[in-house]
Amino acid sequence: MSYTKRFDGRKFDEARKMTAEVGVIPNADGSAKFSFGDTIAIAAVYGPKTLHPQHMQNPQTGILRCNYDMLSFSVSERKKPGPNRRSQEISKIIEWALSPTLDLEEFPNTVVDVHIMIIQANASTRCAGINAAAMALAQAGVPMKDLVSSISIGKLDKQLVVDVSKEEEDYKEGEGATDMAMTFLSNSQNLVALQLDGKIPPATLKEAIKLGKEATKKVHELQVRALKEFLEKKH
Amino acid sequence: MEPMENQDMEVDHDKKRSIAIPGEIIKTGKEYLPGDGTRREGDSIVSSRFGLQDEFGRFIRVIPLSGVYIPRKGNLVIGKVMDITFNGWIIDIGGPYSSFLMINEYPKYIESDDLDSYIAIGDLVLCKVFRTKRKGVDLTMKSRGLGKIDDGMIIQINSNKVPRVIGKEGSMINLIKDSTKCDITVGQNGVIWIKGNSVEDELFAKKAILFVVERSYIQGLTDAVKKYLDEEKGAKK
Repeated sequence: MSYTKRFDGRKFDEARKMTAEVGVIPNADGSAKFSFGDTIAIAAVYGPKTLHPQHMQNPQTGILRCNYDMLSFSVSERKKPGPNRRSQEISKIIEWALSPTLDLEEFPNTVVDVHIMIIQANASTRCAGINAAAMALAQAGVPMKDLVSSISIGKLDKQLVVDVSKEEEDYKEGEGATDMAMTFLSNSQNLVALQLDGKIPPATLKEAIKLGKEATKKVHELQVRALKEFLEKKH
Repeated sequence: MEPMENQDMEVDHDKKRSIAIPGEIIKTGKEYLPGDGTRREGDSIVSSRFGLQDEFGRFIRVIPLSGVYIPRKGNLVIGKVMDITFNGWIIDIGGPYSSFLMINEYPKYIESDDLDSYIAIGDLVLCKVFRTKRKGVDLTMKSRGLGKIDDGMIIQINSNKVPRVIGKEGSMINLIKDSTKCDITVGQNGVIWIKGNSVEDELFAKKAILFVVERSYIQGLTDAVKKYLDEEKGAKK
């Protein structure tokens, strides 16, 4: 049987309910929270600040350093705290996804630290993390060329879906589940990061990217609204 | 006390402004020029910071409201001594780079093996930024009113709120000074030194400053602060 109806009754091109909030961590230079349904990510940004160890400093530009972590209570089976292979890989991916937006040439030898914590996980955590980090970087006053928005696109059997949930990620029937986390620059709509877990024919991949582009527009709208609300709240 | 140095950040806060988001097109047209926090992309002026849009003649700029302190030449700052080297002090004034106060920028001549008897590690100092280099900031203490701080109270606010605390030509800070009878020095890095006759006065001034910081986006703030100060004073008596 093919995947004709989604487990939670969403439309195929419908993301879960998204929420966004800026300024959730008072001690950080910038912070934000982003959620896709039950997946909640918070991001904190510190810097630009002098980079230690010194040998990592780049005299031409500041660098970005990301740290992604799932908190031990974020999943149903307790996760052993601390970095692991998966979180290190995702940290690097997020770094690559965010660095095209930043313009740190004004701050040579410095680092901007981005800490992304997943406080509740139900698939698409890295997408939620990237979305939160983009808002947090903006609030931190770091010079940016653009914002980024991220979404996961899934292929369950032969059906493409937007914003995969954990239940869908584990779909086994037919061709099984393929999931792609994709990140776009908000204005130019350029693809800055794409990860693919599973199998997909080239033509479908193109279609998936088109679907992702469309879906991230809504994410970007929400990010902009959250940033504006943060300032307007104080007006 | 020292005159407040806030010319580079002089902003009219009682003007309604729209918000700029990074990557957002603020204005389109060849006649506009990109100022701080913006850049040109084709015909348009695009924001590269998160803050408030401001038009200044043909210039378009974005006023940031959050983020770390960026030192500028001439800024009055309050910092903490972190380390002592053979020819000066390393001072933390916040911001991305460390800053250095050289021995010959101290108001009088001192022997280089005698540095810590004048200013020791952990002391707070009021200095002025006299040079910003690629990899740091140089400070000076050779000006009236500068020096080590050894009494009063220190509070820290976000450096982007400093222009608001000072107000237009110092209107806000003078109001608070007069009302609380405290001497207040606002460092451009967001560190504020309050010195009053009693701790109660100092705490009152602190409360008033935090009142300003929390409401730094509302219009007609000076009047609100005036009312607040009068009410608080009335409640005390």
